[in-house]
Amino acid sequence: MKPKPDEHNDRELRVKRITNGTVIDHITAGQALNVLRILGIMDRPEEVVSVVMNVSDRKKDIVKIEGRELKPEEVDKIALISPDATINIIRDYEVVEKHRVILPSRIEGVVRCINPNCITNTDEPVKPKFVIRRGERVELQCVYCGRVIADRIADFLI
Amino acid sequence: MRDCYTVHKLGQRDENSMMQHVITIQDFSRDEIDRILNRAAELEPVAHTGSSDALSGRILATLFYEPSTRTRLSFDVAMKRLGGDVIDLGAVETSSAVKGENLADTISVISGYADAIVLRHPKEGAARMASEFSSVPVINAGDGAGQHPTQTLLDLYTIRKEGKLNKAKIALVGDLKYGRTVHSLAHALSLYDAEIYLVSPDQLKMPDLMKDGLIESGTEIVETAEIDDVIDVVDVLYLTRIQKERFPDPSEYQAVVGSYKITKETLKDVKDNLIIMHPLPRLNEIDPEVDASRHAMYFRQSFYGVPVRMAILSMVIG
Repeated sequence: MKPKPDEHNDRELRVKRITNGTVIDHITAGQALNVLRILGIMDRPEEVVSVVMNVSDRKKDIVKIEGRELKPEEVDKIALISPDATINIIRDYEVVEKHRVILPSRIEGVVRCINPNCITNTDEPVKPKFVIRRGERVELQCVYCGRVIADRIADFLI
Repeated sequence: MRDCYTVHKLGQRDENSMMQHVITIQDFSRDEIDRILNRAAELEPVAHTGSSDALSGRILATLFYEPSTRTRLSFDVAMKRLGGDVIDLGAVETSSAVKGENLADTISVISGYADAIVLRHPKEGAARMASEFSSVPVINAGDGAGQHPTQTLLDLYTIRKEGKLNKAKIALVGDLKYGRTVHSLAHALSLYDAEIYLVSPDQLKMPDLMKDGLIESGTEIVETAEIDDVIDVVDVLYLTRIQKERFPDPSEYQAVVGSYKITKETLKDVKDNLIIMHPLPRLNEIDPEVDASRHAMYFRQSFYGVPVRMAILSMVIG
């Protein structure tokens, strides 16, 4: 039977399977590069990273990082922009761990404050910190000035 | 406030620290606020004319990066009435700030000189940040358009002393959009089951997020643009400045200011026990002829800043 276009298949795969490392799957379509920014992976030239965007009918992005197993606490912050993402740890081609990202209760140094008059948007030696609330949508409240970011969080990534 | 103040842990540099700061009114529970107000009541006789040695040998540093009269002087008086001493940053132009020293470094240095720091700064969140760099308690005396918790505490004290705080019917009048004073006060009043009337022109209405928070806390709020709708209903009339720069059209500003001005005529049908409050300085919100009325409480309110700040200092440093 002919495989479906996006089905994982050795003949049809757009990006080859990785031997060891991390696969971040079910990233909200279009957010893969922001995921790399949040994880700081763009600043690490030693890792081979594959990015696939707008995969399948469900329109998702996938990121594969070879040779590095990301810890949950490193990855959970991507839930800010991609709450349904899953993390797959690969060893010798096998998925040995799989879990969904969990939105942390606070983040530091990932997003800048929306308030131009906030102390974190100055030359002071302080990283922006936010308390995260998840109701109908994700909201970030600045620990310092109290302002809330509720829309277009990706626009405020540092 | 070692006995009563729950440290807002988030943002603290040392999470195990017993450091106590006064940064926002939201950090306080009703019980904690009551304890401060009770302490202020005990200290009020001293605030009038007396003196105490409760903070003898202790030093308060006042750092005002923005102009202030009432807040700075009342902290100064409060510390001195308690027998303590005050060191003052003075004009920012003569401080290390002009050499480019950042606030974090200034706080690290000053916290080595003093037992507590009072800070007013133009940037929102400055006091929270300062608390992370300070080895002594930091008291927020206003951070930009952000928080001014000691003003809220003295407002609550005034309402409790001169009227009734629990289940008060209170009208907040004027700039409810940008005014930090009314935002903090509305939150605090929600802890006391207040009925809050929000009176403002359309362009200066309280932000929805804030109203939603009040409603969620079970507070009854009524919104109107007309002061006449509420003036004979409320126990407290809390007026704020309406600033000209909020209006693109000067004639619109004049019309709004005129309709919110309190005169003797405005007060003819009010409750006998109505109190009129204002954080001061006032512009044209209250006609000076009202000053002699029994309802006028704004100058006494300003005085109550002294016992309330005495209470805070004694609980933070003592």
